[in-house]
Amino acid sequence: MSEKTININVPVLARVEGEGALDIRIENGRITQLKLRIFEPPRLFEKFLEGRHYNEVPDIVTRICGICPVAYQMSAVYAFEALFNTQITPWIDMMRRVYYCGEWIESHALHIHLLAAPDFFGFESAPAMAKQFPDEVRRGLQLQGLGNEIIKLFGARSVNPIGVKIGGFHKAPEAETVAVLLHKLRAALPDAKALLEWVTTFDFPERSQDFVSVSLQHPFEYPINMRGTAIRSSAGHKIAINEFEAHFKESQVPHSTALHCHLDGEPYLAGPLARLNLNYNLLHDEVKETLGNIDIAFPSSNPYHNIVARAAEVYYGLLEAVRLLEDYRRPASPAVEVTPIAGTAYGCTEAPRGLLWHRYEIDDSGIITAARLVPPTSQNQARIEADLRLSLEALGLDNDEATLRQHAEQVIRNYDPCISCATHFLDLRVSRR
Amino acid sequence: MKINHNRPTVAVHKFTSCDGCQLAILNLGEALLTLTELVEIKQFAEAGILDEHATVDIAFIEGSISTPREMAQVKKIREQSHYLIAMGACATSGGIQALRNMSDGQAWIDAIYASPQHIESLTTSTPLSDHVRIDLELWGCPVSSHQITATVRALLFGVLPKIEHDKVCMACKRSQAVCVMVSRGEPCMGPVTNTGCGALCPQFGRGCYACYGPAENPNPNALASRFEGLGMSASEISRNFLFINNNAPVFQTIGQKYSERRDE
Repeated sequence: MSEKTININVPVLARVEGEGALDIRIENGRITQLKLRIFEPPRLFEKFLEGRHYNEVPDIVTRICGICPVAYQMSAVYAFEALFNTQITPWIDMMRRVYYCGEWIESHALHIHLLAAPDFFGFESAPAMAKQFPDEVRRGLQLQGLGNEIIKLFGARSVNPIGVKIGGFHKAPEAETVAVLLHKLRAALPDAKALLEWVTTFDFPERSQDFVSVSLQHPFEYPINMRGTAIRSSAGHKIAINEFEAHFKESQVPHSTALHCHLDGEPYLAGPLARLNLNYNLLHDEVKETLGNIDIAFPSSNPYHNIVARAAEVYYGLLEAVRLLEDYRRPASPAVEVTPIAGTAYGCTEAPRGLLWHRYEIDDSGIITAARLVPPTSQNQARIEADLRLSLEALGLDNDEATLRQHAEQVIRNYDPCISCATHFLDLRVSRR
Repeated sequence: MKINHNRPTVAVHKFTSCDGCQLAILNLGEALLTLTELVEIKQFAEAGILDEHATVDIAFIEGSISTPREMAQVKKIREQSHYLIAMGACATSGGIQALRNMSDGQAWIDAIYASPQHIESLTTSTPLSDHVRIDLELWGCPVSSHQITATVRALLFGVLPKIEHDKVCMACKRSQAVCVMVSRGEPCMGPVTNTGCGALCPQFGRGCYACYGPAENPNPNALASRFEGLGMSASEISRNFLFINNNAPVFQTIGQKYSERRDE
């Protein structure tokens, strides 16, 4: 028997948000150790949320992730409003959906063009890819910019936006401002369609993996916000948002430094592909038509189709923002009154990368006494490692290290892991040697 | 080391942070492609460009120092960079995560981790300037794309950019926003906060929460007295100062003063 051992070490993983690293050990033609390590230092958010007033939360949790601040705000506001029995107006719910679409467009366009697409063409980076694909990269950056503009409409700026409060928004956009933006969004619809068509022409490795998809589900809307939703899985789960902790367990795996979140003991997929797999019928007809003309069937068991799902959600997000802004009327008030009630608040929305679950305990005076945040990246950790084992073995472990490394990086990036948020949850246990 | 004004080399590093300030660069849109022509980016992990040890003309650092590894790394980056620029609240003041500095940081880590002995984290989060000489500080949580491009443009001309240190109130008046504190009695940190954001919060009808850090010659005592006049508790006043830039000395001093008063 061969005693050969290959250690592949990728010290800094490029093109993921935040910093992580991957260690793989191959012994005798088998993967004996596979570690997706995280370099991100803990910032202890759950700890300093304690003692803060619930009103401060939308401005604190944005700081967890620069790329998906809207998701953090939305999971928090829906959590408190559910606990307080706050009845928000349909206008608030609709405009939050528009605001959230802005983040999906921004985050997905950024990931597709600046982080993931270079892998499919063998480029080191997006600027390098832009030399050969100038129009595609420019189109992508413009869509990313439009997503940011939607966020700015409600939040004044796209990173750490300032417009959200429990009960609604601080300010309703002027009708004239909305009209100007709506014009731009409509004009960009062909670009979003072209983006989706372009992404479907990528050369996807043939993979079929057995995994469970998990997302929020709403009776008649593609899932984004929390109202009216429950957590569903392709294995038949239907879990209320406040029952999350009974089914989803985070645990430490001896060979890994990152917590793995399991659904009833099994790894699962959250994020764009999981959402599309479970909610395909709720997409706009325009998106389904474009997807209908290609050779990929949904639900898909090929994790590489995550990027297709992302592009589909860019197109969906744009169509949805246009639909919801079309008959825009400025309301008398952008927010409703809130009366705090002591207790436990549960919130969950669909961040660009998947389920983002929050729990807060607050006292009579509205002060937070405990908090727990479960971001999508920790949920996908176990799935990423499972995919890495399967994909590298499918590729062939006899390949040279550079090939294996490149392939492994591509697999990880495909999940768009946001490592700066994945280290913020309370129970992370890191053991280093 | 001489800076190459024709096509300077640039590095972007990340320490303890949320990635938001790097987005000031990644969100540039078409200007990002222009930027990569004007300067040669040697290191920017999030954009796929890796050469951590490259000697560069301009190094931007996002994030605070919160691990022993970062303490060593920032010294190396200082040695290999002509201009070292602290980018954003974490790098300039330690960020919101510096709140641990005023508590028992070790107790926080112990409360969170089952095996705290394995955590390579310091009990404090501190700004870069506590560890090395910094050539320029860009305040803000987050910094704006304009701050980055204006800085690079000035350095291309061979000078450091001029940074405004006026108060948010100045920008607020110029934008013709209605003062939320005068008109509605809403607490606003604008009178002690650095301008640079464009007075976004007052224009959205809410008080400023000081994400751009302390302005030049601020009078935090007077503002805190005004807050008392508005009926705010000592605890609320303390939390207003001990927020995004809690570790900035001006804010920390007054914030702690009110925090202790709460305990009386």
